Amino acid sequence: MAVVSLAATRFTKTALAARKERAEAVAKWAFFGMAVAMIIPLVAIIAYLLYRAAPSLSLEFLVEMPRRGMREGGIWPAFIGTLYLVVISLAVSAPIGVLAAIYLNEYARDTWFNRLINLAVINLAGVPSIVHALFGLGAFVYAAKFGYSIVAASLTLAIMTLPVIIASTREALASVPMAFREACWNVGATRWQTIKAVVLPNSISGILTGVILQVSRAAGETAPIMFTGAVFFKAIQPGTVFPYRLQDQCMALSMHLYTVSTQIPNVKESIPYATAIVLLGTVLLVNVSAIGLRVWLRNRKRW
Amino acid sequence: MSGPKAIEVQDLRLAYGAREVLHGISFDVGHNEVLAIIGPAQSGKTSLLRCLNRTIDFVGSATVSGTVRFEGEDVHKVKDVFGLRRRIGMVAPLPVGLPMSIYDNVAFAPRCAGVHRRGDLDTLVETCLRQAALWDEVKDRLDSLGTALSGGQQQRLTIARALSHQPDVLCLDEFSIAIDPVTTMRIEDVLKELSREITIILVTNLVQQARRLASRTMFLWNGEIVELDTSDVIFSNRPNDRRTYDYVHGIFG
Repeated sequence: MAVVSLAATRFTKTALAARKERAEAVAKWAFFGMAVAMIIPLVAIIAYLLYRAAPSLSLEFLVEMPRRGMREGGIWPAFIGTLYLVVISLAVSAPIGVLAAIYLNEYARDTWFNRLINLAVINLAGVPSIVHALFGLGAFVYAAKFGYSIVAASLTLAIMTLPVIIASTREALASVPMAFREACWNVGATRWQTIKAVVLPNSISGILTGVILQVSRAAGETAPIMFTGAVFFKAIQPGTVFPYRLQDQCMALSMHLYTVSTQIPNVKESIPYATAIVLLGTVLLVNVSAIGLRVWLRNRKRW
Repeated sequence: MSGPKAIEVQDLRLAYGAREVLHGISFDVGHNEVLAIIGPAQSGKTSLLRCLNRTIDFVGSATVSGTVRFEGEDVHKVKDVFGLRRRIGMVAPLPVGLPMSIYDNVAFAPRCAGVHRRGDLDTLVETCLRQAALWDEVKDRLDSLGTALSGGQQQRLTIARALSHQPDVLCLDEFSIAIDPVTTMRIEDVLKELSREITIILVTNLVQQARRLASRTMFLWNGEIVELDTSDVIFSNRPNDRRTYDYVHGIFG
């Protein structure tokens, strides 16, 4: 009996232990609560959009031309236009941004010139998109004589996404431990051999994450393309996949959403919501495929 | 006959920014010699090694003066610094398995140097892993990750990697801090074996290890050579400098 009572005293909760346990529970539930609170608006937005968009949602809505001054029909030209803008702008900004980041992180020494580049990148990342729009208008539409076109709009979006891609890529590169690089240098590897063998394979998923985030930004921004190449309406062959030429103007989902919700009277109420759903879906589609690529790459990552 | 020594260092000064960490040190290392470098933390041992194979170049704030000669050639004037680094092997104090397979870890340096024939690489990988006393433990899983090995195994992998480019001088920077005593003794045996063919510079904090392996020992303190003499003298009861005696016998400071 004596043994039992000893065990009981030893494991009896002291006041301190009870207090710690309460603190632990409060912390855990506070964190959990915030995590849930973050999900609620997201689910609410999507549910509300779907509910309001329901009457218009159909495959025809996606692949048809707008009719009767956008009051009926689909949004195919805007959908395709957005894909054009996103793909072309990222095809320009992703390679330039990633290569520049590799230079800044792996090669650049701490000189005044490189500090200047850094400063430029940071400041560019903070410039509002409407300023980028004006720059695009001046530089690409007028100075470079691209006119109001897909090229000009894509390049403007590329300039806007570039600094963020550079910053996120640098972060991904910096997360690769220095010891790996030193181990490579010690056995006589050049910087490029080191980057190829160790740095890139271990940062590629982080680099892609940064690029993926810019997809949504490029698809969602209205200001930069409004000044440089997006139009209210552009007639194209319905159902064709490559209806635009690069020097054409195009429609875009973000612009179209703005148009149908504010510029045109008597639009069926569900059409703006359906347009928003398609915009969300497009971003989601591009993100999911990029995330798939990232997962595939991460499975090949070796540590 | 007295040709060039393996390593000759003349009045080497190294500063990180305004802080000088090596205050003009001179010494040389003969062929097939084992030189031990002992000294407390922050005395400049690792920095000294980095000057030898010029990985100090990667530290932007470092300024080096004085000369380091490898086989009579000024390392700051060599045309192929990557070739130089292959001839001076370097084992870092912390075990770093590169995030690739064990095989690729060892084959990395030869590949960088342009060796790509599978047969050559296979032989080289096996030889180096055997020399680093690791072959028996990993021979059945050469495809698994270098980073998945235990700390001690990764340290031996690091040694195998340093041997993979067949260096003439091997610098080991406190190689035994992550390894158990038994493995340490095995590697010491390997080093004794190797010292017939190559020159070894051994930075160590184990006084006994320096005594076992090195013919000469340098006591480096605050960026200056306090004493450099045969290990017999350094570890005797009568080294030339009082500080050496104090350090070696653990009554320093």
